[in-house]
Amino acid sequence: MTDVSASQAPSAAGPRRRTSLLELDDRTRRRNAAEARFRLMGLLAVTFGVLAVIGLVASILLNGLSSFRQTYITVDVYLDPVRLDKAGTRDREAIAKVTTFGYAPLLEKALVDAMAANGIALEGLSAKQAAELISKEAPAQLRRYVMADVSRIGETVTFDVLAAGRIDGYYKGRVTMESAALDRNVSPEQLMLADQLKQAGLLGTKFNPSFFSAPDASDTRPEAAGLGVAILGSAYMMLVVLALALPLGVAASIYLEEFAPQNRFTDLIEVNISNLAAVPSIVFGILGLAVFINFAGLPQSAPIVGGLVLTLMTLPTIIIATRASLKSVPPSIRDAALGVGASKMQSVFHHVLPLAMPGILTGTIIGLAQALGETAPLLLIGMVAFVREYPSAPPEGFFEPAAALPVQVYNWTQRGDPAFVERASGAIIVLLVFLVIMNAIAIILRRRFERRW
Amino acid sequence: MYDNPLMKRDAVTKEVKISARGCQVFYGDTHAIKDVDVDIEDKTVTAFIGPSGCGKSTFLRCLNRMNDTIDICRVEGTITLDGEDIYDPKVDPVQLRAKVGMVFQKPNPFPKSIYDNVAYGPKIHGMARTRAELDEIVERALRRGALWDEVKDRLDAPGTGLSGGQQQRLCIARAVATEPEVLLMDEPCSALDPIATAQVEELIDELREQYSVVIVTHSMQQAARVSQKTAFFHLGNLVEFGETGQIFTNPHDPRTESYITGRIG
Amino acid sequence: MSVGILIAIVLGLAIAGFFLGRRRAIAKAGGDSRRLHSLPGYYGQSVALFASVPALILMAAWLFVQPILIDDKVAELIPDSAIADGGSRGLVLSDVRRIADGIDLLVVQDLLNEADLQNMRADFTNVRSRLGEVGVALGANVSPSVFEAAKAYRDAQRTGATLMSVFVLALAAAMFAFSLLRIKPDLRARNISESFVLSLLIGSSLVAILTTVGIVGSLVFETIHFFQMYPASEFFFSTTWNPQFRGGSELGILPLLWGTLYVSFVALVASVPIGLMIAIYLSEYASKTLRSLAKPAIEVLAGIPTIVYGLFALITVGPFIRDWIAEPTGLGSSSSSVLTAGLVMGIMLIPFVSSLSDDIINAVPQSMRDGAYGLGATRSETIRQVILPAALPGVVGAILLAASRAIGETMIVVLGAGAAARLGLNPFEAMTTVTVKIVSQLTGDTEFASPETLVAFALGLTLFVFTLGLNVLALYIVRKYREQYE
Repeated sequence: MTDVSASQAPSAAGPRRRTSLLELDDRTRRRNAAEARFRLMGLLAVTFGVLAVIGLVASILLNGLSSFRQTYITVDVYLDPVRLDKAGTRDREAIAKVTTFGYAPLLEKALVDAMAANGIALEGLSAKQAAELISKEAPAQLRRYVMADVSRIGETVTFDVLAAGRIDGYYKGRVTMESAALDRNVSPEQLMLADQLKQAGLLGTKFNPSFFSAPDASDTRPEAAGLGVAILGSAYMMLVVLALALPLGVAASIYLEEFAPQNRFTDLIEVNISNLAAVPSIVFGILGLAVFINFAGLPQSAPIVGGLVLTLMTLPTIIIATRASLKSVPPSIRDAALGVGASKMQSVFHHVLPLAMPGILTGTIIGLAQALGETAPLLLIGMVAFVREYPSAPPEGFFEPAAALPVQVYNWTQRGDPAFVERASGAIIVLLVFLVIMNAIAIILRRRFERRW
Repeated sequence: MYDNPLMKRDAVTKEVKISARGCQVFYGDTHAIKDVDVDIEDKTVTAFIGPSGCGKSTFLRCLNRMNDTIDICRVEGTITLDGEDIYDPKVDPVQLRAKVGMVFQKPNPFPKSIYDNVAYGPKIHGMARTRAELDEIVERALRRGALWDEVKDRLDAPGTGLSGGQQQRLCIARAVATEPEVLLMDEPCSALDPIATAQVEELIDELREQYSVVIVTHSMQQAARVSQKTAFFHLGNLVEFGETGQIFTNPHDPRTESYITGRIG
Repeated sequence: MSVGILIAIVLGLAIAGFFLGRRRAIAKAGGDSRRLHSLPGYYGQSVALFASVPALILMAAWLFVQPILIDDKVAELIPDSAIADGGSRGLVLSDVRRIADGIDLLVVQDLLNEADLQNMRADFTNVRSRLGEVGVALGANVSPSVFEAAKAYRDAQRTGATLMSVFVLALAAAMFAFSLLRIKPDLRARNISESFVLSLLIGSSLVAILTTVGIVGSLVFETIHFFQMYPASEFFFSTTWNPQFRGGSELGILPLLWGTLYVSFVALVASVPIGLMIAIYLSEYASKTLRSLAKPAIEVLAGIPTIVYGLFALITVGPFIRDWIAEPTGLGSSSSSVLTAGLVMGIMLIPFVSSLSDDIINAVPQSMRDGAYGLGATRSETIRQVILPAALPGVVGAILLAASRAIGETMIVVLGAGAAARLGLNPFEAMTTVTVKIVSQLTGDTEFASPETLVAFALGLTLFVFTLGLNVLALYIVRKYREQYE
């Protein structure tokens, strides 16, 4: 320790600075400025993050909210027996032979009559061009109505029929007089006619329930496209996921958390699960295509395949949440059960599992929400197919083609007509509403039943 | 080395370095320190003793405003360093802490090299203009921390690789490298084995020649060995403050006596 | 007998077994359940489990194996002459399957009866047009040998289904009888049914391993298949990606890898500093109120499906970058670009980076902060010079995890990055990624056994190896880091 004493000579200690605490020296001032800059950067980053959330949500809402409202034209259609039921027998089989092309003239006539009654002139448009204001989907709507009740033939019925996509776009600001002049599908004259119809009260925009219930429609009929099949398909897939992932996930977690011995095999399973959680979702799609469709021969675009793929994908999430929840049950509960002579299995199933249930359910709902929004793997198993038929009730429905909400969004973004962008954003809003509901349930469950030991 | 430590005290009163008057500390609703008055002298080792939770560490952390980093902590009363109120709004705690260094209970070297650990304080306070000056400061601090001989060949090794006692001496060297005027030590030996404790205690005795050292300890023997002044805290109150010899041989307050004789604590 | 009915019967047997087993146990004990080894319910449970589980497992295995066996058998029936030039046995086999399905439809819709079918010969009947009636479209006329193979296929399937029903029901009944008859008061029913349940639990945890085996197996198998048709060196080193429907494709992965890495790089450059600063600000500076508002708001970003980000890129960010930056500066004219996809992906990764960094920063012990404050360091100096270096391994791990996410991300790049395979530096140009090409190669109408489709599996394997490697590395680093402070 001699060198220590030597270095402690006053000269070696250097001159001690006698500065007052009450004055900031330059260096401290500079350092404080750096501090303030750093802090500002942090605040900016947080602001950016919050703005990103707001921007994302606002962009979707601005583009999509209008899809919940649709332009309709109100017409009184005379269900002409001459056209629909030439034989006059009211025989359904015979009437069914009349295709939608047979219904279109009825609508055209109804519209022209309505215009005449309100004193609106055609002004250079042919009756056919005027009828183009009405969606090509409207004859099908009319036909469904007649087929549902053939006795209506011969009556005059008031219908709200969909306006064509371009007309709807005109009232939503997507189509202007200038763009119409360049558009093969609509002319400025037709838009002016639409304005006149609107003034006469024949044309108006109102809430569009068929957006939630109707099936998808073809490229040229964006106004008729709906989410019915997609919502049903997603619901089926969620049922499959819930039925498979919850029991499998809980069983696997119980084994790993309560029974598994510490050995290499258990380690292997654990490493596996944590790695599966990070495998890109599209790889699960490849798995589904190769194993479930090509190998096992399950049908394409069926909810069962989607459900199986999503199950495998969400299983790690559910296992991780369930294990955390089992782990949070204190060992004293297990000891207490074992202490009164219960078997290990009884202590787990009678005491630990019920206590861990809220956490397990929360994890499951979050896993389901993740599965509901997943798109990429579903593209590969054929869910992109254009499906207009509703799948039948489960269990057969699980094996029939269906769409899925997020895939429907993707589908619509791939179509040419800009009206589908609005549709896609609308579908996203529906998807987000479902997600918000699921997450809210998860949060409520957690708040309500969370236990602090 | 300390055959009869109590006899070695010199009774000469020295210049007062830190002075606390009516000091109160609150943690949220808890009244942790109640109305403490104390004068800490320069070039003296002052020991704070008392049972766990009596507030001795809390009070120590008031002396360089470490409590500022805890949101719910509130300090009232005045504490002055060389006559200047350290809680004055004009005072930057950063500047204060350069003058009042601190060593903590658990050795907490940064996960950097030994050299960088010691050089960190001088660097942020801009004490060296050249690398050579910095080298000199680091060497001086390490010598003063009684660690130079052990580490001079491996200054680039990580500080976390040293033994517990070496780590704590590294932390002391790190604290003295900024040339503080007061050195606060919060139970600096509680995580160390007896040999390392002896080394650190020896070091504290040497540091007294240049600094005012305040040490919090739960060990009465340690207080008796290293300090000249002792303050006994109990339930947030400063019960008794005086010469170490007097506190340990002839306490005025019955609570001090109970603690010294092992009846409370 | 359909699978659904079979399952219902087995489950019905299980429920009946539960009650019968319980009753029998009590009866054997002379009505005094205390004389039983286990609670009466366990006797019932053991019967229910033994009756249902083995039968259901047999059924699942049967359903899995039967198509493979039938395919093998039918494939032998197809003469080499029936395989067209450039086609393969697999292609003919899939035709056989479609014809068989078509015949099924015809029979179901009463357009054909079994007797007629036996007499029907492809040389005399236009099978193609008959199948067209039920919406099964075939590419070419059906040759007699293929049609006979289809009939054999259909017969084999029906026999298989019947055999399966018989075996499954027999097994269920046998196990039912066995477990019911062995009940006597000192049977250790609880132990039996508990070990049974335990084996079910073990089985469930094996699903994770099976999934991995399935992923690796299918990727490797089809990739080998691909490399038999297309040289591996071309795939790994060619700089052109140009698939053709009529063969002669150039399928080099390099432009796709470049696009993937470029987009991920942009995403990381955007998300890492912002995510890290958010984590720092919220954990070290923000007031309680700000933290309780901003933290969940930013975490909302993590719960949003990627298709939403994709749409955001497509309709908002892409046009914005094109109209306000790319076109005025003349750097590009496409709304899909590396920058669009990268920025949007960056936004997606912000909450991921910030919550990981938050955990990591909080894992740095308080004593480290105290040490720095005690020396007179300011907050930002403490963070930049002490906490971040201490947390560096953890932060690096978090960045690797984020990178692995970015590389595997699909929908944002499908909608935001474009489809043109290009090796370029201009971020305003559209480029494409591995995931985009997996989607486009597997959703098109090309034949499954062509290199243009199979290349997707090779791409998938590359992606899997990349992301898995990054993850293993990241988890290793993070674990080491945590051990350091535990």
